[in-house]
Amino acid sequence: MSLAEKYPQEIEKVLAKYPPEHKRSAVMALLYMAQREEGYVSKKDKAEIAELLDMTTTEISAIVGFYSLYHDKKAGQYRIQVCTDIGCALRGADQYLADLCEKLDVKPGETTDDGLITIEEVKCLAACDKAPMFQVQSGQGIKYHEQMTIDTTLELIEVLRKDAKEAK
Amino acid sequence: MFYMLLRHRDVPDINQIDVYQKNGGFDALKKAIKMDTTDVTNEVKAAGLRGRGGAGFPAGVKWSFMDNNNWPHYVVANADESEPGTFKDREIMESNPFQFLEGISIASYAVGANAAYIYLRGEFWEVAHFLDEKIEEMEKAGFLGEKIQGTDYSLKIYTHLGAGAYICGEETALLESMEGKRGQPRVRPPFPPSQGLYNKPTVVNNVETLTSVPYIISNGADGYRKFGTEKSPGTKIFSLSGNVNNPGNYELPLGTTFRELIFTHGGGIPDGKSIKAIMPAGASSSLIVANDEALDTPMDYENVRNVGADLGSASVIVVDDSIGLDWLINKTMSFFEHESCGKCTPCREGAYWMHQLTKRIHAGEGTKEDVELLKDVATQVQGKTLCALGEFSTMAVVSSIERFPEDFEAKV
Repeated sequence: MSLAEKYPQEIEKVLAKYPPEHKRSAVMALLYMAQREEGYVSKKDKAEIAELLDMTTTEISAIVGFYSLYHDKKAGQYRIQVCTDIGCALRGADQYLADLCEKLDVKPGETTDDGLITIEEVKCLAACDKAPMFQVQSGQGIKYHEQMTIDTTLELIEVLRKDAKEAK
Repeated sequence: MFYMLLRHRDVPDINQIDVYQKNGGFDALKKAIKMDTTDVTNEVKAAGLRGRGGAGFPAGVKWSFMDNNNWPHYVVANADESEPGTFKDREIMESNPFQFLEGISIASYAVGANAAYIYLRGEFWEVAHFLDEKIEEMEKAGFLGEKIQGTDYSLKIYTHLGAGAYICGEETALLESMEGKRGQPRVRPPFPPSQGLYNKPTVVNNVETLTSVPYIISNGADGYRKFGTEKSPGTKIFSLSGNVNNPGNYELPLGTTFRELIFTHGGGIPDGKSIKAIMPAGASSSLIVANDEALDTPMDYENVRNVGADLGSASVIVVDDSIGLDWLINKTMSFFEHESCGKCTPCREGAYWMHQLTKRIHAGEGTKEDVELLKDVATQVQGKTLCALGEFSTMAVVSSIERFPEDFEAKV
């Protein structure tokens, strides 16, 4: 199914935010919609968004490539994005990420064997006073988790795995 | 402590519309929409409110630059908060959202805008959905939408999510991004008040700046000027992070000293270590040697300059004496290499090469010449880029090498 068939009312609502002659502004929201099911923007979705907004697929690809929250390849259902930028690093985020990767037996950028969890190292998330912290990006959106330990993280991962299983 | 912005710390549940109203909420908006629009702008001008996003440009002056021969006008709230070390706007939006939305409404009325956008960084997904609910509540209560409070003035506020790009905090890159393009800065002039969103006159203000506006309208410029210094009036939220016992947001009058922030409020340095350096403006900051002179410096837009840095967005990162600055600038360069948008060659290439050099020096594989080369590349980037990102990427590098040479001598 196309995005227009799946989310007709939502698309209309997004387009209504902007002047009709500037519907291109809706591209950001439509790309998030495209990521809902598979966690990345497929070629087919790029072509559809381009057509909906009178853009070229090259322009859409350039936007997907420019912004770090859009992806054009499949990864785990949940992307755990750990901040190791300067504020978090001064409060132990590098060690936290190394320990977490060891526990899950992955390197940053890799996905666990069950295909559910991808660990990523990201830049500042504006939560420097609550390190170690990360956000979980999934098709459903983005959620912050702050002042984390390895234990609380592993507990959360168990919950995510359970959620994924139940959703199936 | 007096809270003008972080009022939720005094008034629980102020993010509920009835609680906000009971505590004087929307009084400023009701007052403003009965005033002449020029008088609203003049009050903000007289208050001396300076942009809280980093540049410190007087907000009222910015509003007065709007081109009245070109319509429609727009207001855009910059909620892209991405400077490493800054986490104040998120607290405002999550905990005191109506004061922020009221500020947008007053600014929009003053410049004659009937549509305003809040550009949030994509990571603030939950905040954006929360604000959508609050906007709807305001519409139902008659403070937004058609004919507000029985006047002829109408306003819609929309949220707009970015998708992970530091550069979109720069106002012209933000506007490009809002228009559905890659977030790359524009050549200025023209500035946004002449040609901004969709080439129409646009005011772009930071979240904290807009949240200050209701207090100014309710209490007048004189009431606002009771806080802060003559040239830097008002209170400011200082985001304190790094090697400090109590990191967090502290709302204090501009002109409070570093010592008071770090030691009285922040509880000092943990584990018996000593303070070594301060970055007052996040990763974009020069490093200040944390001696007595620096610690006793008032944090305002003028005085921080005297100790060789800028106040910026007041994201104060504390660095203790166990940290090697070769490590620290490798972190900042990793950030800027990732975030350079690629439009200007000196920034794109400079950030890449500076990061190569900081990696090598930090790994203990650099030479004395590498340190000189690093400083040389940094100074070559300065003054050669469209926006401030290029300049910012060199601040920590140059100041660390100049002010803490022993850290580099030890590594090469």
